[in-house]
Amino acid sequence: MSTEAQDRTGGRNGLAGVPLAQIPTTRKDFVSDQEVRWCPGCGDYAILSALQSVLPRLGIRRENTVVISGIGCSSRLPYYVNSYGMHSVHGRALTLATGLAMTRDDLAVFVVTGDGDALSIGANHLVHALRRNVNLTILLFNNRIYGLTKGQYSPTSPAGAVTKSSPAGAFDTPLNPMSLALGAEATFVARTLDADQEALEETIDAAARHRGASFVEIYQNCVVFNDGAYEALRGPGREESIIRLRAGEPIVFGRDGHLGVVADPGGGVRVVEVAEVGLESVLVHDPTIDDPSRAFALSRLTSTGAMAQAPMGVFRDVDRPVYDDLVRDHVRREQEALGQDPSSDAALAALIAGTDTWQT
Amino acid sequence: MSTDQTSAQTRQVDRVVIRFAGDSGTGMQLAGGRFGSESAGFGNDTTTFPSYPAEIRAPQGTIAGVSSFQVQFASHEVTTVGERLDVLVAMGPAPLRAHAGDVRRGGLIIVDDHGFTPRALKRAGYEHNPLEDDSLGAYQVVHLDMTALTSTVVEALGLGRKQAERCRNMFALGLVSWLYSHPIEETIDWIDRRFASQPDVRDANIAALKAGVNYGETAELFTVRYEVRPAPMPKGRYRQITGNTATAYGLMVGAHRAGLQLFVGSYPITPASDLLHELSRRAGYGVITFQAEDEIAGIGAALGASFGGSLGVTTTSGPGFALKQEMINLAVMSELPLVIVDVQRAGPSTGMPTKPEQGDLLQALWGRNGESPLPVLAPTSPADCFDTAVRACRTAIEYRTPVVMLTDAFLGNGAEPWRLPDLAAIAPIDPKLAAGPIGVDEQGNPVHLPYRRDPRTLARDWAVPGTPGAEHRLGGLEKSVEAGTVTYSPLNHEEMVLTRARRIAGIPVPDVEVDDPSGRADVLVVGWGSACGPVSAAVQRLRGTGARIAQAPVRTLNPLPANLGRVLRGYARVIVPEMNLGQFATLLRARYLVDVRGYNKVRGFPLNVDELTAHLAGQLDEVSDSRTAQTTEESR
Repeated sequence: MSTEAQDRTGGRNGLAGVPLAQIPTTRKDFVSDQEVRWCPGCGDYAILSALQSVLPRLGIRRENTVVISGIGCSSRLPYYVNSYGMHSVHGRALTLATGLAMTRDDLAVFVVTGDGDALSIGANHLVHALRRNVNLTILLFNNRIYGLTKGQYSPTSPAGAVTKSSPAGAFDTPLNPMSLALGAEATFVARTLDADQEALEETIDAAARHRGASFVEIYQNCVVFNDGAYEALRGPGREESIIRLRAGEPIVFGRDGHLGVVADPGGGVRVVEVAEVGLESVLVHDPTIDDPSRAFALSRLTSTGAMAQAPMGVFRDVDRPVYDDLVRDHVRREQEALGQDPSSDAALAALIAGTDTWQT
Repeated sequence: MSTDQTSAQTRQVDRVVIRFAGDSGTGMQLAGGRFGSESAGFGNDTTTFPSYPAEIRAPQGTIAGVSSFQVQFASHEVTTVGERLDVLVAMGPAPLRAHAGDVRRGGLIIVDDHGFTPRALKRAGYEHNPLEDDSLGAYQVVHLDMTALTSTVVEALGLGRKQAERCRNMFALGLVSWLYSHPIEETIDWIDRRFASQPDVRDANIAALKAGVNYGETAELFTVRYEVRPAPMPKGRYRQITGNTATAYGLMVGAHRAGLQLFVGSYPITPASDLLHELSRRAGYGVITFQAEDEIAGIGAALGASFGGSLGVTTTSGPGFALKQEMINLAVMSELPLVIVDVQRAGPSTGMPTKPEQGDLLQALWGRNGESPLPVLAPTSPADCFDTAVRACRTAIEYRTPVVMLTDAFLGNGAEPWRLPDLAAIAPIDPKLAAGPIGVDEQGNPVHLPYRRDPRTLARDWAVPGTPGAEHRLGGLEKSVEAGTVTYSPLNHEEMVLTRARRIAGIPVPDVEVDDPSGRADVLVVGWGSACGPVSAAVQRLRGTGARIAQAPVRTLNPLPANLGRVLRGYARVIVPEMNLGQFATLLRARYLVDVRGYNKVRGFPLNVDELTAHLAGQLDEVSDSRTAQTTEESR
């Protein structure tokens, strides 16, 4: 492998500190000896497969790759990737990942989580990892249901969802993960779909190379408890439902691009027939705008009830100081200022003695 | 008669307990802290303890808003901050009312009478001015207008009245320093350093301090000055240190001796925040601190850092400790090093955040789901926090386990002289990181076995990310013996549960040291944590009256010292004083089937030595009576 990945973004690469593999790795290197135990037909298989395809392409060493998860169906993933991994506590994967990223800039740290894990019990940590901009790649598998506990509604289930724990329909208002991430000023925010292998791989690849917190929401079908939740985005006619976001291109979708996204006088954006407004009125997507308002407006085009329409692609991709880099810089500067050999006892002994001692 | 210019004579005393009290924000912590440092620098054995309201700016002039700082200094070893006050310095009516009851009969009360207006008296809860009626008749009361005296001196330097009044704590310190024959040079140096960037404030504080000394010398308020001779202490270089600072340094030294990065993930909580403050200033020594979004994130990040080969530490108090239990269990399951410092405070729930208690012992031992053994260590004094923290790091690293260190608000904020350690004499800690795969599969290919164990310590091999060929997955699910893959096999689970228990039970613990000079005592007092200071003081007092009584401080609460059962069975009566309702006593009774007796106080204050001494004296009598009765019975 070459150092191409590092050069491309001039040191802003998310993998900048990670040593490169001397012998190129292959997909097989990242397959563990553990039998994969998701339900047959689960969308998780496709995501695992995409990740195992992307990892060798990143060019980094397998032993410097770490996958950390919380609890839930998606969080079983680390067992299936032959790298270092940790299947941690429900909702808390990001806390472990933060400590690991702060102390080891030579690791590529991936976090695998779900809509229950990251948006319910662990929502607090998600907000803080994103606003701090810790150098992590976060993959959120959103199936809009609790799978491992067998079928209760999740924070992304549509209002009124009838589930085992909501026989009268859920009274909760669902959370939009893209809006949440953009509200927290996340620097890389993207959405993709389990069934779209090409976009999935491309998005995970871009997320891994982004320096800072990369947040990828993956719409994932749960065949047992919420089958068909994303049928509108997967089945025939999906081009009418998927608002594809491509940097530098007008945001048009639907058959022959008859639908487009335009600015709304209310400050948001809305979908119109392109023929009615003219292509020149359609917004050109630019994920690099520093102000997250436009990206946030785009995220609001997502259906809140049954899934009928959703923007897919990279909503936001900007540079912002990275928390763990700032911490490491601080420690380095302080160490230089102190000018002591960190391995010697002398500096520590002087510190401990303080300025006020006496002899007996 | 003394030979100096004053008319006061100087009298030798063995020990003095003094408390500085004022409205919160009036500098009592500074004045008291300096007085303690002066005593320690003079060579007295000195203990100090601050007490302040949980509210940052509690209502001025009310009892709730009073802040205080207590110092005991002596010509012999002291293990508590003392109970009855010899001297109270009260900087207003509320501090006077809040603390006068703690002064011994005949003790000295020095009052700043500046603020004794009818309104202020009423606010403090006085109906009459106590300086004018005989309500303080049992004490020697000296009152003077310290505020006005300070202002006169300081305003001459060009400072405003408000700023001038802020220096009255230094006037009080000067006055008391004179009274106890303390040299003030160190304090002047200290003021120089502290206010180096504000020359006018520096000069005002020095002027106020000197004015206090001069006032003592010339005003003839006191007929006697006192002197407390230096205490005999082992030779060495000393400093005064609080338990929280000693803990922070111990953690730094522990990581340093292991050659590991120290990572501290914490969330601010009283009374543990000083640990985070101290360590966050130590980036120059390579310390990484992380102020997390909550208690769980603090320990989660610490465990993540440990997974990466650092020494992860989290610091907290009771409510935060409760939140961390699930993550502690992941550390138990994944067998990674982790140090959890719990600076205990009065509970349950928010309880009394600034007040000490020993209520978290059973939470530390049994507060998690499943069989979840881990070592629990408890220092017995502020300075002992250093050694305990180093030991916590050593145990965590060498045995791949979370270790809980239980201090409390008293140990954490209290201070005493500490003989500086020789760092080179602290044995290195070997993390024994695996350099690569450590096993072979059926085909003879190298394979990593994350749960293969050192046969002696049962500690598992520790391969950190970045180690080629040793890739593996940890997690909260039960893992197979050696290979560490997920399994629900019944026998495997039982073996892993037993192995985790054996590994912790097998950690070597120094024998408990019994202090029984006569070797013929019938009564043994067992202490842990900050109960040990009062226990030691009470035992010394009783021995002073000729009593035979033994004491044994326990520093490791899990696993317990191997000789402890034998020790307990060797005494007719065992008493366990604790600042809880008998948690350690319950443990000892369950473990050793010995009928230990509890002595339990939960008042948010260290155990009172007077009361404890009286209680132990009663126990000695009871045991002696029953001996006599038994002998009489047998002789019939």
